[in-house]
Amino acid sequence: MIFIEWIRQPWPWYVAGPLIGLTVPTLLILGNKSFGVSSSLRHICAACAPMNISFFKYDWKKEIWNLFFAGGILLGGVITAFFLSNPAPVIVDPKLATELANYGVTNTEGLVPKDLFNWENLLTAKGFIFMVVGGFLVGFGTRYAGGCTSGHSIMGISNLQLPSLIATCCFMLGGFFVANIILPLILKL
Amino acid sequence: MNTAAKNFKVTDLNTDFEVRTQHSICVNQSALDKPLLSNLKFAVAGILFGIILIKSEVISWFRIQEMFRLQSFHMYGVIGSAIVVGIISIFIIKKFKIRSIDGEPIYFEKKKFNKGQIYGGLLFGFGWALTGACPGPLFALIGSGSTVIIVTLFSAIAGTWVYGYVREKLPH
Repeated sequence: MIFIEWIRQPWPWYVAGPLIGLTVPTLLILGNKSFGVSSSLRHICAACAPMNISFFKYDWKKEIWNLFFAGGILLGGVITAFFLSNPAPVIVDPKLATELANYGVTNTEGLVPKDLFNWENLLTAKGFIFMVVGGFLVGFGTRYAGGCTSGHSIMGISNLQLPSLIATCCFMLGGFFVANIILPLILKL
Repeated sequence: MNTAAKNFKVTDLNTDFEVRTQHSICVNQSALDKPLLSNLKFAVAGILFGIILIKSEVISWFRIQEMFRLQSFHMYGVIGSAIVVGIISIFIIKKFKIRSIDGEPIYFEKKKFNKGQIYGGLLFGFGWALTGACPGPLFALIGSGSTVIIVTLFSAIAGTWVYGYVREKLPH
């Protein structure tokens, strides 16, 4: 019981980080697979709507392990929500909390701010930018860059690939720019 | 002569090789033809990965904002230590020529630089700061009950599709 209590708390970085790192050798040893998640989006396109686009004309069934992996991540989310969830609100840095409160974002109970990410907000300008435009940029950008945080930042850098380091620096630059300069403007909407 | 023959074979087997080499996963398929259910082990790996993503709160929009505002060390600690463990793991695999459980030699693909890593990287950074999620976390968030993120996932799939559609016109 004590173990369950302990595991329900948020895990510190020095536990979670190494575990995420171990995903790299796990997938390699399980079946010679390079860690990466964003490719699953490409396989979904190739499976559902290839539309004669050369980028989607390949045998996606040979890459189906990646869809199993992505499905597993979703299931992991379900399991955590039912059995391992932390009842306490997410602890937010006081500076961030004050800033967000200025924009009416005060609910920090979940992993996503419920004041911004909810079904009612979907068709407001603010909600549309956060949920729809943001998602589009994630899908477009990761494929254009050839990978995401897992494929480039973790797998690529672990394999000492310079292009992955460049991509990761660009992820961070883009994020710094939007979080600090653009986000306050959107929150004001 | 030998090299020419080898090159011919590679391009012959992968008609879209140029497309595939730019993308991490697609060149790394096992040559073995395995039954569909053998992929369940990757689902188990995904479940564990999903649990880690949620319990470490790296999929939290708040944690991502703190990272980009330098208000918390958490994300840097997670990604940094993951990379250190990844580097050590790959070093060990290469050094001792460890094979996969099917007995295949483990293959690492080299990534070639192209401008997409800069332009695409920046665009993904924009999206990461807005949604607070990269592709893995999108799946985990939906599973954890944030149902509206389904819309974000569909939008990300649409973004990937549009990239494929306009790909040849973009600078790489």
